[in-house]
Amino acid sequence: MMHPAFLIIALLIVAGATAAMRLRNLIHCALALTCALGGVGLLYLLLGAQFVGFAQFLVYIGAVSILIVFAILLTHGMDGGGDTLFSRGRALGWGLSLVVFAVLGGAVMSSRMLPEGSTEPLASTPAVRQIGDLLMTRYILPLEIMGLLLTAALIGAVLLAMKSGASAMPHTQPGGKAATQPGRDGQ
Amino acid sequence: MTPLKACLLLSCALFAIGLAGALTRRHAIIVLIGVELMLNAANLNFIAFWRFGPHPEALSGIMFAIFVIGVAAAEAAVGLALIIAIHRHFKTCDLDRINRLKDSSLPEVPADQPGAGPNT
Repeated sequence: MMHPAFLIIALLIVAGATAAMRLRNLIHCALALTCALGGVGLLYLLLGAQFVGFAQFLVYIGAVSILIVFAILLTHGMDGGGDTLFSRGRALGWGLSLVVFAVLGGAVMSSRMLPEGSTEPLASTPAVRQIGDLLMTRYILPLEIMGLLLTAALIGAVLLAMKSGASAMPHTQPGGKAATQPGRDGQ
Repeated sequence: MTPLKACLLLSCALFAIGLAGALTRRHAIIVLIGVELMLNAANLNFIAFWRFGPHPEALSGIMFAIFVIGVAAAEAAVGLALIIAIHRHFKTCDLDRINRLKDSSLPEVPADQPGAGPNT
């Protein structure tokens, strides 16, 4: 038996995701995406994973959706791409995703290996202290690699979005500013 | 239907919607949004298996979900930077028209840059 809150959240997620994929205005798409991601965060909270739920709210609603809105505004792309929204291979894409959903859903519904799962609430929700202890002991190497990956991604994103490489920057500035920053010209 | 199956079916639906968007839409940012939806579907599976699995006290699913969220944030940042760079170069985000890796419109770019400078 399912919780009624689960049905409401599932409806929110599916409606938000469908709207994000169907709407024409890209800002509306970003808002619908925020709705769907917020629904996923609510579902984490419902399942008892508080830390992941709040991380989802912070990272996705706080950072990723703002980043997407910034990208939409920077590319002047309010309209979702000309006269037609969908690309040339749209029938193939829809058929493929329908087949993927049918295969995955059929496998889930017919599987006998899935654990039954206790519907009663967890004895104790995992405390942040436990998660922090694990992150600092058993998962210390993945944590460090994650930090390295985020630093590399940050530097790479800045370099990619910079205007035609760093060496072109001083020349676009008017008159003599390049001379005041000799460190940049060498790179 | 057990709660685990309900969660897995919802995750399947989210994945299929994201896949349909990533495969059929023309705008590059919408394709990236579809990829984000698919990542969230995978994350939902981790949390569902952690919650309804035999050992909820082990916290492995939560750790996986946290790391997936971190990688997804890095992916979104790099992907959006790539889209901005491509838009600056080709002046479009239409994936049906961006069909070459070769830098064939290079002579136009320096001529456009002084005009495009104050806008961006």
